[in-house]
Amino acid sequence: MRSFITLLFLSLVQINFVLAQVEFRTFKNTEQERQYNVLIDELRCLVCQNQNLKDSNSDLAKDMRNKVFSMLSDGKNKDDIVEHMVARYGDFVLYKPPFKSITLLLWIGPLLFFVIAFVSVVRIVKSRNQDEVTTKLSEAEHQRAEALLNPSDKNKDKTA
Amino acid sequence: MLKLKFILPFIIFSLLVVLLFVGLSNDPRKVPSPLVGKPTPGFELPQLKDPSKSFNPDMLKGKVWLLNIWASWCSGCRVEHPILNELAKRKMLTMVGFNYKDTNDDATKWLAQFGNPYDVVATDQDGSVGFDYGVYGVPETFFIDKKGIIRYKHIGPVSYKDLTEKLIPLIKQLKAET
Amino acid sequence: MIPEFGQFALVVGLVCAFLQTTVPLVGAYKNIPAWISVARPAAQAQFLSLAVSFACLVYVFIQNDFSVLYAAQNSNTKLPLEFRISAVWGAHEGSLLLWALVLALWTYAVTIFSKKIPDVMIARVLAVMGFISIGFMLFILVTSNPFTRIFPAPLEGRDLNPLLQDFGLIIHPPMLYMGYVGLSVAFAFAIAAMLAGRLDAAWARWSRPWTSIAWVFLTLGIALGSWWAYYELGWGGWWFWDPVENASFMPWLVATALMHSLAVTEKRGCFKAWTVLLAVFAFSLSLLGTFLVRSGVLTSVHSFASDPERGLFILIFLIIVVGGSLILYAWRAPAIKSTSKFKFFSKENALLMNNILLIVAAASILLGTLYPLVIDALGVGKISVGPPYFNSVFVPIMVPLIVLMGVGVLIRWKEDNFQRIQKHVFKYVVISLALGVLSAWFMPHLTIGAVIGVTVAWWVVLSMSFNFMQRFKNRELSISALQKTPRSYYGMHIAHIGIAVFTVGVTLTSIYSTEKDVMLTPGQSYSMAGYEFKFAGAKRIVGPNYQGERGKVIVTQDDQVIAVMEPEKRIYTVQRSPMTEAAIDAGLTRDLFVAMGEPRGTEGGWALRLYHKPYIRWIWLGCIIMGIGGLLAATDKRYSKAK
Repeated sequence: MRSFITLLFLSLVQINFVLAQVEFRTFKNTEQERQYNVLIDELRCLVCQNQNLKDSNSDLAKDMRNKVFSMLSDGKNKDDIVEHMVARYGDFVLYKPPFKSITLLLWIGPLLFFVIAFVSVVRIVKSRNQDEVTTKLSEAEHQRAEALLNPSDKNKDKTA
Repeated sequence: MLKLKFILPFIIFSLLVVLLFVGLSNDPRKVPSPLVGKPTPGFELPQLKDPSKSFNPDMLKGKVWLLNIWASWCSGCRVEHPILNELAKRKMLTMVGFNYKDTNDDATKWLAQFGNPYDVVATDQDGSVGFDYGVYGVPETFFIDKKGIIRYKHIGPVSYKDLTEKLIPLIKQLKAET
Repeated sequence: MIPEFGQFALVVGLVCAFLQTTVPLVGAYKNIPAWISVARPAAQAQFLSLAVSFACLVYVFIQNDFSVLYAAQNSNTKLPLEFRISAVWGAHEGSLLLWALVLALWTYAVTIFSKKIPDVMIARVLAVMGFISIGFMLFILVTSNPFTRIFPAPLEGRDLNPLLQDFGLIIHPPMLYMGYVGLSVAFAFAIAAMLAGRLDAAWARWSRPWTSIAWVFLTLGIALGSWWAYYELGWGGWWFWDPVENASFMPWLVATALMHSLAVTEKRGCFKAWTVLLAVFAFSLSLLGTFLVRSGVLTSVHSFASDPERGLFILIFLIIVVGGSLILYAWRAPAIKSTSKFKFFSKENALLMNNILLIVAAASILLGTLYPLVIDALGVGKISVGPPYFNSVFVPIMVPLIVLMGVGVLIRWKEDNFQRIQKHVFKYVVISLALGVLSAWFMPHLTIGAVIGVTVAWWVVLSMSFNFMQRFKNRELSISALQKTPRSYYGMHIAHIGIAVFTVGVTLTSIYSTEKDVMLTPGQSYSMAGYEFKFAGAKRIVGPNYQGERGKVIVTQDDQVIAVMEPEKRIYTVQRSPMTEAAIDAGLTRDLFVAMGEPRGTEGGWALRLYHKPYIRWIWLGCIIMGIGGLLAATDKRYSKAK
């Protein structure tokens, strides 16, 4: 059954290409290891075609990973390391854009889109329904209209 | 007829097109340096010619100078080198070579072969100082003023056009400052 | 000879496309039946020419004709045959020819499966598609000709990038293009309808199956890309919010909104203007994607070409096609009248909210993708926008959407009230929550994220199942009743359940994946996620165009051998790039992943990367289920029966 499912998921191809570098490091504790993994995930490799430090096997990425590791081992925290990198490479090195005046629109954008879309659509739908309200006929008017439309058919107005 | 909500998609699209058009002339891979306008990061590195001597940026306080990051394994450096040689001939400023992630042997041979425009060459064999300068690719060239502030970073090889149109005027401007 | 013939066939195709565009369009405007009838044969001739042209390029690759520059750059005599063929679309020029071929294929399909649609309409549809074909073929001939010769011809090609020498290259691009390009049909129908001034339920009904099938291809194409990246790039990731990935995901989101909007237009006669706009947006995003991938405006691991000159050509084409469509929209849309109203609590409104969320999601992704460009263009610096941003923006939009999915299906058209479905909703919300908490309980640790993800997935499944059974509320549930149920009814429910499955996969794998880099000597083992990974050494291997080392890792659980995994490290002879090949033990509830790093020490030890990825296959399984649902809906018999 397992092999059937394997077949089903086309994962027969057990040997598959991989690009990332495997680096073995000894961390002082799991918290440091966790922080390391978060940092190399969120920091960008500057010379690569849109890869983070984790994925990249370029020399610069290697240097940067080593730097992150050594700074963590020295007891620095995540913010210190991020600041260190930004001081040298600029905001470009961060995959999580900082909260600045120039990125305000970026972070607020989605919420803004939603509010604008929601409000405009509600208005459009409401205005459409308003038309219906103003054109509703009263019962008496309705019967009169029926009589005018079907003068010879006295049975029809029962179904009005 | 031209109710706003119907023409709005076109307007937004037009803005997008303008953005993309401008984007075509930009290079998304060029990363500007946050060090521009800040003092040069300090360091002490051995000199290429005589490793017992060291070079320190403070030694050049009061002078206008450039720091050219290069390596013997870098093809772009070879392309820009004649331009640097040309600049050296004009004796306009102190030129400091920064040999990045290289060996002294290879560096010396390279300079012997292609010419040495530098007044002094500092060697950063493991690249740790380069890291402080935000070096991400070679060649890169920093221009530093008399007060020791980095005023401009040129990314990539220096072309003749760059030299005449941008860099020489910059050097003259920096020299004119007190 | 063959390359020149291929190029000639391409020129013939261009001429056919030109005839396909101009003659029928004028004929439709002036009502000349003879000119209108030129559309179908011209389109079919175009397809034939492009098929021939493409076949010539394939022949060039099979025969290793390195006098053709494109083949020399992307192939090699030692490349296995299947990769020599798929290398045809492995780079810019060839993939563009594939684009043009797929467009011609869709055009051909339109000529065949449109017998019930008025000729005038089809003439306009084909004319619009023809215009796009012209644009692409001109682009190929002028800037990106795959048939260009090189003299002297090298004896050996540069080889295909080892990363691309994979099954994924064989199926992912064609599937993706079928989706991307397929959206041009809905686009063409929308333009044709606007030109004719006829936007009614019939137009919506004609457009629906075409849109659904394109959507199915796009869904599967994106899923294939994700799956390929997962086993290819080696660190267990399956989506990176890379600009090129976003370029395919945005049309998908808009196409999903389009499908729902078309359903409303067909059934209720409203949303017409929005549906038209969505059809234009969906394909515009496809074209924008083509621009982003090939212009060098954004950096991406996937980009084909970084050529601003080519980028300019596509941008101008984009301006003409999209700008023109939006001007047409601004002109014609004000006259579109909806024929019905709906109340706040109605299916129409629920679908409207659904579409708003989808469009906001697409717009947010566009914002994030293009923002670095904006900052750079304004000259205020350089920033990067990556997964942390997209994840934090996308998830809060998706969760309400999925909840809404379960609610919307239960609401009636036009007018409904919450009291009617209140007790069912509360009942299923409670059950979902219970199941959600229970499922998360069985995971290594309980997290809010897991509870939310699994709960909303259960909510969708329960809601869909309940709704499905509503059909049999007053009739008996028999085999014949099930057989009489229309395919689209099955399709709709199945597709939404697919999303639930997808959600579970994403939630659980994102939260509970474990990964570790370890150093093991032969005989040593490491314990992770309840499994024992024992390293049994590595040995040298030689392949057709590479050599390397193959390791052996025996995985046991409670002393039972689960798998023997053999990751490799290869060096490709031509490009001399080292490639690590992961070994994956796939399973329905988890994947185990082992990749080799570097040899360490003198005792035959190696650095290895180990992964445990729970429920990751559910991500692609969910997409497959979505695709099946979409296919069922698209092939509903009423599309072939009705006029």
